[in-house]
Amino acid sequence: MLNFDHAASTPVHPDVIRTIAEVMEAHSGNPSSIHRGGEAASKLLERSREVCAAALGVKSGEIVFTSGATESNNLAVKGALLGRTDGKVHIVTTQIEHSSVSESCRQLEAFGIETTYVPPEADGTVSPDKVLAAVREDTALVSVMHVNNETGAVQPAAEIARRVKERSSRILTHVDGVQGFGRLALDLNAAGIDLYSVSAHKIGGPRGVGLLFVREGAKLFPLLSGGGQEGGLRAGTENVASIVGAAKAFRLAAEGQAERFEKMKRLREKLVREVRRHEALTLTEPEHPAPHIVHFTFPGLKSQVILHTLEELGVLVSAQSACSAKTEKPSRVLSAMGRKRDHATSGIRFSLGDEHTEEEIRLLSEALERTVDRLAPIEGRKR
Amino acid sequence: MKKYDYLLLRFGEVTLKGRNRARFEKAAVEHVRALLRPYPDAKVRREFGRIYVDPGSENAETLIPVLQNVFGMTSMSPVRAVAPELDEIVRAAAELVEAMDLKRETTFKTNVRRVWKQFPHSSQEANPLIASPLLKRFPLLKVDMREPELELRVEIRDKFAYVYGEVIPGAGGFPLGTNGKALLLLSGGIDSPVAGWSALRRGLEVECIHFHSYPFTSEKAKEKVIDLAQALAEYAGKVRLHIVPFTEVQTSFTRMGQDNLMITLMRRAMLRIATKIAKREKALALVTGESLGQVASQTLPSMNVIERATELPILRPLVMTDKDEIIRLSRRIGTYEISILPYEDCCTLFVPKSPTTNPNLRIVNKVEAMTPNLERLIEEAADGTETIELLAGGSRLRRDEADAESAIKQEWF
Repeated sequence: MLNFDHAASTPVHPDVIRTIAEVMEAHSGNPSSIHRGGEAASKLLERSREVCAAALGVKSGEIVFTSGATESNNLAVKGALLGRTDGKVHIVTTQIEHSSVSESCRQLEAFGIETTYVPPEADGTVSPDKVLAAVREDTALVSVMHVNNETGAVQPAAEIARRVKERSSRILTHVDGVQGFGRLALDLNAAGIDLYSVSAHKIGGPRGVGLLFVREGAKLFPLLSGGGQEGGLRAGTENVASIVGAAKAFRLAAEGQAERFEKMKRLREKLVREVRRHEALTLTEPEHPAPHIVHFTFPGLKSQVILHTLEELGVLVSAQSACSAKTEKPSRVLSAMGRKRDHATSGIRFSLGDEHTEEEIRLLSEALERTVDRLAPIEGRKR
Repeated sequence: MKKYDYLLLRFGEVTLKGRNRARFEKAAVEHVRALLRPYPDAKVRREFGRIYVDPGSENAETLIPVLQNVFGMTSMSPVRAVAPELDEIVRAAAELVEAMDLKRETTFKTNVRRVWKQFPHSSQEANPLIASPLLKRFPLLKVDMREPELELRVEIRDKFAYVYGEVIPGAGGFPLGTNGKALLLLSGGIDSPVAGWSALRRGLEVECIHFHSYPFTSEKAKEKVIDLAQALAEYAGKVRLHIVPFTEVQTSFTRMGQDNLMITLMRRAMLRIATKIAKREKALALVTGESLGQVASQTLPSMNVIERATELPILRPLVMTDKDEIIRLSRRIGTYEISILPYEDCCTLFVPKSPTTNPNLRIVNKVEAMTPNLERLIEEAADGTETIELLAGGSRLRRDEADAESAIKQEWF
């Protein structure tokens, strides 16, 4: 099988698997225990924190380990709004965020918290001016993702954070960095980003580990209470072996970022040319595309049909994002971009990974060609 | 192109005059060398009461914060070395001003010294020749001969002309170790590391002593103190830490039924042990982080009674300093984050509900006389002392050792 669904999850790096197995075998202590076993586990955890902090260019006290980016996003959004005493009850976010951000905002409505969802432009990019215009006196949080997981549109997250901070340094800025980390450069300090979510399994790490960068001084209301782990922000015994493995994956991802960017960009350009060759397909063209995502629509067909046809030809891809792939509803993101229903229900996402070379792109192009050949006549007959 | 060719380190007049000059200079050079140990390519040169550091393949800018920790150094300037020709000098001067990124009007003057007399312009003539192109290029510069904010110095020698302007403040004090050796009572708190740093800065060689009450205090508490001593070693180049097994002495007092004197008795016992170690190590004073009135044992009556347990002078660099200021200093020297880790040291153990702030020396003497085997226990504690030596840049090594002990492999990360 050819895996072109790396934005959904990446294969775990072999070194990471080895690390996790070795740590699991050698260390079974609880980091909170004060005997030797506990101390060793606690050292592993703190070393992992240092490694992750270095990968993000922040301080190790600013890293909170979580169970993944969904939890990181929940903690960022809900944690920033709950338990406030300054009367700030407003969030600014966009219509194209991952559901873990938008659903968190929706859940907060029950607590009297209001959210403004800024729509994207037609190319899938959110305008900083529009985000800034939505900021109010009582805005507590501005949350904008770095790379849209469906279209691959790179959002001006750094510019937005910087301008929000210029407007008021007391507004917290959150960036969902899941698709951007390891692929694009982002200087959290220069941009004034307070909260930043990352997931390990999108960059060669294990599932079940993510982190939230919480800038020193930023106050969050913890969602999990208990034994006070993770600086009181996330109770629960830490998943030590997976966290060590994740730290390695984060380090490798950060170190290889520039090289990965160039390599993927080249492969993406090749793939884009292939998609353009087919009249039946409409390439989604963000102003700034992420290097690892190619998105197109096949109007008249359901995403699922295209996806399964490709699967029969040995290629794994996604329709919409993996998390919402099982619904037949039109894509929320494409609809927000103003795409008609026949486009919004027929989106397909190819996403590239580290192991891909020109050879895989060639094989994918062949499969795509055969898929279009097989499906275009069906689509034509329906008209 | 390198931005700077040398770093010029200046030492106060006081330290570099008179009969002590050679000794002071030697100590300062040694300290510079110790701090530059992690940068093997940097070269150190001594000349006319100044020290020049040639960064070699290292970046001068990364060496600046390291060299700011040289005790006795009053200030430092990054220097450009160029061919002794007018055009080259002007160009280097312009680059230096450019690098300062002036944001507002800045007064300046040039100060040319012609050492190499073959240079075609006298010092007098060269000043305007260098200053006027700068004034033209940087409109924010205004001449002020008396109190310029920026004094651009040019020293013309036969091989090179040195150009520098920026003056970066140094740590001040005296070159390391030129005032003798003292023993620092290092607890796990915020104050004692700051006191240690102050002592180092004032030219003392410092060894540390710590009292450990395992199992009442944990291994982590000991680790923390080693980390603090390591932090001091980063300034001193090298620090020795003596760890005293204090459990027996401490528990012997708990049976005396004099709870409110507990701290007084403990502190006196610590001073007695420290005095023995100080004599052994030829240290001439004890240094503590005490600050007047901060806790029960640091009231004047307490200090008075406690201090009588030693014949050595006790130096208290922080005695008149407010807590806020101590915290500010500890943040600056990088010990605050270690100090606030929550591991108890032996002073916080067995703390009575109401420790006395006004101990009675007569009663204290009596209780000590009645404590069984106190002299012997103190002797044993001093004899059982474990000594470790910490070197600048050694935190890495220590960590590797600790890792090996707890079965942590570097390749996992």
